[in-house]
Amino acid sequence: MKIYGVALLAFCFLFGKLLGNYLGVLIDLKSDVGGVGFAMLLLMISYTYFKKKGVVKELTTQGILFWSSMYLPIIVAMAATQNVNAAVSQGPIAVVIGIIVTLCGFFLVPLISKIGQSKNQK
Amino acid sequence: MELVYKLIDKNGLVFAFLVVGIIMYLSFLISEKLFRKKIPGVALAVFVGLLLALLGSKKGIADIPLFSGMALLGGSMLRDFSVVATAMGADLSKIKQAGWAGIVGLFSGVFFSFFVGVLLAFLLGYRDIESLTTIGAGACTYIVGPITGAAVGAGSDVIAISIAIGVVKTIVATIGTPLIAKTIGLDNPHSALVFGGLIGTTSGVTAGLAATDPKLVPYGAFTATFYTGLGCLLCPSVFYFALKAFL
Repeated sequence: MKIYGVALLAFCFLFGKLLGNYLGVLIDLKSDVGGVGFAMLLLMISYTYFKKKGVVKELTTQGILFWSSMYLPIIVAMAATQNVNAAVSQGPIAVVIGIIVTLCGFFLVPLISKIGQSKNQK
Repeated sequence: MELVYKLIDKNGLVFAFLVVGIIMYLSFLISEKLFRKKIPGVALAVFVGLLLALLGSKKGIADIPLFSGMALLGGSMLRDFSVVATAMGADLSKIKQAGWAGIVGLFSGVFFSFFVGVLLAFLLGYRDIESLTTIGAGACTYIVGPITGAAVGAGSDVIAISIAIGVVKTIVATIGTPLIAKTIGLDNPHSALVFGGLIGTTSGVTAGLAATDPKLVPYGAFTATFYTGLGCLLCPSVFYFALKAFL
């Protein structure tokens, strides 16, 4: 049943968020630290485990796949609900800093991926 | 007509499905016919979304009552839920393999964003440490900015700027990623993990990667999800005190 897949996803999501929130409390922040990351790990581990056990049926997978494919439309809706006006109306300061910082991040990507990859090859 | 409004008001989320579906359809049509797929349909759709957001203010188009359902569809609950679902197709061994690079990317991402932000704010004439810290934090993400600003007691105008910087970063990442992906070698899970850690804004990273290659989304999202937390941890504490010691 598809709902089993959705339920597994929901469980991983909530449990991961819980871990993220606990980690937030632990380091004295009132926010979620890496909850989505924990949830993703949980889903990857539990999905592979259930698949090995042969519990996962085609339909269960479809329940998860549906939500993973809803991801793009959700991103579009998210873009449409951003405070774009604030970004534009704060004048050039915000725009200049925002653009330069992001570009710096872009150009650090090849540098840091290289460090990691050479380490892995050793 | 009033009946229609009432109906849509009651079924906002369902109406949002319809609206987004139409946006996606038209964007893919334009991408195919007008740009011959040179500009990906997804990137176009996200861009249309950003344009529509101009019609409202704080919550973008969702400020218009008719479109309030968009806030639910594009809110953090469904976003995170579907992002987690993408992990099913991700390869755990690849994340393990890139683990070290991901961590380096994460720390250097927060570090560089903050100090580049501070440096630029300094050049633009800000001198007090509270404002500099808040603007540097805003250069991380639009969540780190206001949290840090509140923690160090910065003015509300500076906090507004820090949020705006974070939003600009999200927009630039969304539009810029597919354009620059080839140049920076962003075509495999390894570099996507590093990318997520460096840019850090979950919405920008995921939207940008989706427009580049949807297969990379789970890897970028994985590291990006730790970024805001790390930023909230470092900016109002270690970085703030470091600035205080130097200036």
